[in-house]
Amino acid sequence: MATLRELSHREDRLEGGHRLCAGCGASIAVRQILLGAGVDPVVAGCATGCLEVSTTIYPYSSWKTSFIHNAFENSAATISGVEAAFNGLKAAGKIPADKKMKFVAFGGDGGTYDIGLQSLSGAMERGHDMVYVCYDNGAYMNTGIQRSSATPKGAWATTAEVGKAQQGKIQKRKDLTSIIAAHGVPYAAQASISHWKDLTDKAEKAFAVEGPAFINVLATCPRGWRSAYNKSVEHAKLAVQTGYWPLFEVEDGQWKLSNPSKALIKTGRKPVEEFFKVQGRFKHLLSEDNAELLAEIQDDVDAYWEYVLGRCGEK
Amino acid sequence: MPEHKTLATTGNLVVAEAMRQCAPDVVAAYPITPQTTMVEEFAKFVAQGRVHTEYVTVESEHSAMSACIGASAAGARVMTATSAQGLALMWEELYIASGMRLPIVMANANRALSAPINIHCDHSDIMGARDAGWIILFAETAQEAYDNTLISLKVAEDSEVLLPAMTCLDGFITTHSIDRVDLLDDETVKGFVGQYEPDSPLLDDENPVSHGNFAGLGGPYFEFKRSQRNAIDRSKAVVERVGAEFAEISGRPFGLVETDMMDDADVAIVVIGSSAGNARYVAKQMRTEGIKAGVVKVRCFRPFPAREIAEALKGMKAVAVLDRSESFGAEGGPLYLEVRSALYDLEARVPVVNYIYGLGGSDVQLELMHQVYTDLSDIASGAAQSAGLRYLGSR
Repeated sequence: MATLRELSHREDRLEGGHRLCAGCGASIAVRQILLGAGVDPVVAGCATGCLEVSTTIYPYSSWKTSFIHNAFENSAATISGVEAAFNGLKAAGKIPADKKMKFVAFGGDGGTYDIGLQSLSGAMERGHDMVYVCYDNGAYMNTGIQRSSATPKGAWATTAEVGKAQQGKIQKRKDLTSIIAAHGVPYAAQASISHWKDLTDKAEKAFAVEGPAFINVLATCPRGWRSAYNKSVEHAKLAVQTGYWPLFEVEDGQWKLSNPSKALIKTGRKPVEEFFKVQGRFKHLLSEDNAELLAEIQDDVDAYWEYVLGRCGEK
Repeated sequence: MPEHKTLATTGNLVVAEAMRQCAPDVVAAYPITPQTTMVEEFAKFVAQGRVHTEYVTVESEHSAMSACIGASAAGARVMTATSAQGLALMWEELYIASGMRLPIVMANANRALSAPINIHCDHSDIMGARDAGWIILFAETAQEAYDNTLISLKVAEDSEVLLPAMTCLDGFITTHSIDRVDLLDDETVKGFVGQYEPDSPLLDDENPVSHGNFAGLGGPYFEFKRSQRNAIDRSKAVVERVGAEFAEISGRPFGLVETDMMDDADVAIVVIGSSAGNARYVAKQMRTEGIKAGVVKVRCFRPFPAREIAEALKGMKAVAVLDRSESFGAEGGPLYLEVRSALYDLEARVPVVNYIYGLGGSDVQLELMHQVYTDLSDIASGAAQSAGLRYLGSR
């Protein structure tokens, strides 16, 4: 795995000057993931969303690598087509047989957990040599903070409002990483922008394996989280430290808890409230009227933590 | 003239054969009746090692076109096939393929759209995609399905065009019926379609490019659409040129519009697809009854050959446009609307009537064509008024 010194010498393949918000977690995720691709040429794909509209405003592009945006729900299928073209052109002798290239598709949680799930599942099942990266900020942020199936239970969203009859999102977050791991892909992992070494190591592994790989990266959205834009990394760290977002990887079916999360077994996890109280979207959960709901959410976080520990053989 | 192989075979199988001969780098396809035997046949070619194609067996038609778009942007020659609900599911992607100027070639097995569900022929699927910016050729026979596939690839990949193209053949009638087909040999096809030289492919890592950029917020979206309009307008001359080149190597003439017995006709049917044969057969009969009947078959629907159609119908005493699809709430079917518009600039007004026929595979019997010509004859002689939209043969 590359050291910080080595990573610092690699070219940044997402340029500054893009139009993403200050404190946006998506660009941090993309830059770290692309560092993990090493020196081989990369074709990156992106679902419709903040990342796409803010980095490719015609005639500009922030991508210092080949890039394709197709639509919202099909980043995986599109990159699977690019990878197929690479193989087809090799078979035709139009690309040298020893030529190496990497293929990566990005999507937000809306474009991945929800509308793009079928496209992603198909691409993973077919075994394309590609990496799919979900930058999960827990809502449809680009269209104005509507709830997705990645939105945490209890979080406010513009389509999961807070009022007398409802306290934000009613349902729990979908465990997408487990779903993709269940496809039997050679590599699936959960990571966070707060742990750069863990994230770039996972990216290196994902690009190194032959066949499909998946990384679900927690990425702060200060606009949607209603959080301080200069604290994005710290806020993502709280998601890890509370166990809301365990870091783990699944290599050839073997689940393994990643070190930052493993350390919590000894030190103990912070209460999920610590993650919630820095974000305006959870403000209502901290009122006394919602104490029961908050306890219920803590129970859910505990149960998921225990489930991941169990899968990782840490129990 | 190169050596020909003559087979008794189906439309689907010869389109698959044409695809094999075009040697696409990528085919991404999803099965749907009545397209299935086409993609199955192609899968056999792949398994037998008779093509180098990377065959991507996607999980839906939406992903089929999405993967085709990725592959085409990457620089591959790309082909696929679909039908009906599959084409409808691709709808979003059809516009993206043309907007990104990717020369993907697709066969469509023309089939009715749900509901009610129906697997048989009509043109409602393709007519729903008529404004998607694709070049659209229709086949009357399996032979034309084969020929159109080769022609459409060469047109799509022409640097003056760079647009996706569809070759449409009638579900079951043309896709599954045994027909006589002359095939060109592989070398001749290879020479005809040539090598595809992609413009700005993703896989050229020395010259990284961005495809599918954002052009909103006062960006040049409008100008991109205008250049797309210019491209499909330009494609008309390219279709004609490539059609003429194809005629030279195959001995089979190609026209945007193909006419029969129109030189001295008083009345004419305008039709698309397999029913042209029925119209032609009955037109000959009508002539024995003293009615000078003719047939105008539209082989290229996009770009629409308005001038050629007006030229063919000039001076007719009555014309019937046969639509195998609805345009609910409009004044008539899609072909009718466009043909009538094409005739507007003629000095002398041509009476035009519209028949909706054959929806959901409803049988197009010869008596129905006979009825149309009889109606036209009555209109031409002044014995009847044109009756507006009629459902032909509906119970």
